[in-house]
Amino acid sequence: MDCVATGGNVKVLAKAIHSLSRIGEELYLEPVEDGLALRSVNSSRSAFACFLLSPLFFQRYQTPSDQSFRCKMPIKSVQAVFKSLSSLDRSVEKCRIQLNSEKSRLTITLHCKHGLLKTHNLSFQDCESLQAVFDKESCANVLQAQPRLMVDTVLHFPPSLEEVNLSVSSDRVWLRNHVEDDADPSRAMMTELCLSSEEFDHFAVSTQTSITFCLKELRGLLVFAESSGLPISMYFDEPGSPVILSVADSVLEANFVLATLSEDSHPKNHVKSNTKHPDAEQPPDDFMNDDMDSFLIAMETSELPGPSHVPTSPPHPTNNRKHSVSEDEQEEALTEGPPNKKFCSLFFGSVLPTPSQLTNQTIQSQEVLASDSEDENQTETS
Amino acid sequence: MKFRAKIIDVGCLNHFTRVVNTVSKLTKACVLRLTCDHLYFVLSGKVATGGVSMWCELSQVNFFDEFQLEGVSADANEIFLEVAPENLSRALKTAQNAKSVKIKLTKKNCPCLTLAAELPSLSSVSRVVTHDIPVDVIPRRLWHDFREPQMPDFDVSIYLPPLKTMKSVVDRMKNLSNYLVIEANLNGEMNLKIETDLVSVTTHFKELGNPPWGDDGSPSASASHRDTELMAQTRVDIRKLQQFLTGQQVNPSRAMCNIVHKRILHLIFLHEDVSLQYFIPAVM
Repeated sequence: MDCVATGGNVKVLAKAIHSLSRIGEELYLEPVEDGLALRSVNSSRSAFACFLLSPLFFQRYQTPSDQSFRCKMPIKSVQAVFKSLSSLDRSVEKCRIQLNSEKSRLTITLHCKHGLLKTHNLSFQDCESLQAVFDKESCANVLQAQPRLMVDTVLHFPPSLEEVNLSVSSDRVWLRNHVEDDADPSRAMMTELCLSSEEFDHFAVSTQTSITFCLKELRGLLVFAESSGLPISMYFDEPGSPVILSVADSVLEANFVLATLSEDSHPKNHVKSNTKHPDAEQPPDDFMNDDMDSFLIAMETSELPGPSHVPTSPPHPTNNRKHSVSEDEQEEALTEGPPNKKFCSLFFGSVLPTPSQLTNQTIQSQEVLASDSEDENQTETS
Repeated sequence: MKFRAKIIDVGCLNHFTRVVNTVSKLTKACVLRLTCDHLYFVLSGKVATGGVSMWCELSQVNFFDEFQLEGVSADANEIFLEVAPENLSRALKTAQNAKSVKIKLTKKNCPCLTLAAELPSLSSVSRVVTHDIPVDVIPRRLWHDFREPQMPDFDVSIYLPPLKTMKSVVDRMKNLSNYLVIEANLNGEMNLKIETDLVSVTTHFKELGNPPWGDDGSPSASASHRDTELMAQTRVDIRKLQQFLTGQQVNPSRAMCNIVHKRILHLIFLHEDVSLQYFIPAVM
């Protein structure tokens, strides 16, 4: 494998890596025909990010002869190579990534001004392919905005805020902080930001919905998008389906996939008018179970004959959540009692969604909450 | 009980925010007293807070464009709320460029102060950010705990040295000792002293000037006959003094302190629209 990035793209590569470091501890690297894929996943499997740098991103792009080369390494060691972004700008002319198969080392060489060469030999581990299954095209709702809008929006929430709730109607978007279960709900400060659809470059909402996801992991993407000036697209569906945020230009594509909290009960039971917005039809508020398990994204490996890890999804008791977060109306309309919280996991396929690499998957007898990549549509069978 | 207010002037908003920031640096929880003419942030001295108390008074008309209040009852036309000023501070922080900020008393899961800011946006429709800050309504029978503090019968009243200087002196002294003695006389002289086993440090300030308390103040009768050279002093917890000097964003036009010998240090910041009083009890 031999890839060379030059000029400003070295900084872009560095920023991508820093961005991924906000997600997980390890960097998964996989050079494929379509480009160099850099991926990361968080420990609870609720956030996944992938940067695909196309061959055009590089001055030279040569995939390894062994077509299925994949590796992972601690992301901190890669970050150390691209430590100071400003000095990268000033002094690095070229960055070369090579695979040294005999020594099992990934060699990253920075060619700097005045003939200075900085060579880093990073050890790596072989690993399974890391690929979350998601399908942007099937998402009911698509928003696109300039990064400045997203950054300004997020500014209203404290940096420590973990989870945020996004609700959409036909012409409005609401972003609210999501209050942790164990915090006293009557003491927490609630913040809500309401944006008009006009502020978005693209606003296609076919299903009014409300999703909750982790904001922290998103900040890496926001930083990347803001510095690159690329608009951010957001694809989402109903609660439980992952939300996908992506930026793309002609030579790179970044996708951040975050699991969203799900709920079991039929949304119809929750539809009530929100006293705060009598004019707009308020999408149903999710009754949240904040157990982090509910954010699980399942992982699957290619080495094993079938999905290696399908988490069971026991109903979570909800007797700790009898009141809604911000509305003051009752929930008594639910005749079946408090909703069962069940997490929906985002299924990780072992294959990239390209026909050439499809493998047959055996359907498990266990409950599959999200389909595998065979039928490129994400359907929930719960 | 009803309360609605609106700020539309950016300068007023900034100023109000700075006052709230100052209060939030001094205490985690305080009482917000609302009357038709004033807002007060009150902290009544308790053992839990180390005995410090605070009284911050704002004249409502200098900040709000609209202000409507309906108190607990016709004869008690006031509202007392217990609030965490830090929440207010946070809510105001990102609203500094708002076209308008509305504050009102609402009831969500619990009584709240709802702050709604209309922000400039890229489209014709403004962005609206709403913060619901939970508050506790204080019942009328407890109102007497939060009365305006009496002006203490002080021995010496003196203007403070430039706050920046005073703060940097106190900051450095804090590294050496937990307690600081502040003494001053009617000759415009003030000393800040610390004393440990190893070292004692005194910083002398001169020509500070003494406020002329006339009939409106209540200096003790003996003060006017007091020997101008005689120092009145109190020993206070240095962290409390530092906290007061560090957090302040009021930028007072007048800053002074009153010393009740060996009893209380009473700090006063005066500004056109706002006054802030802070009482630090003496420690032995």
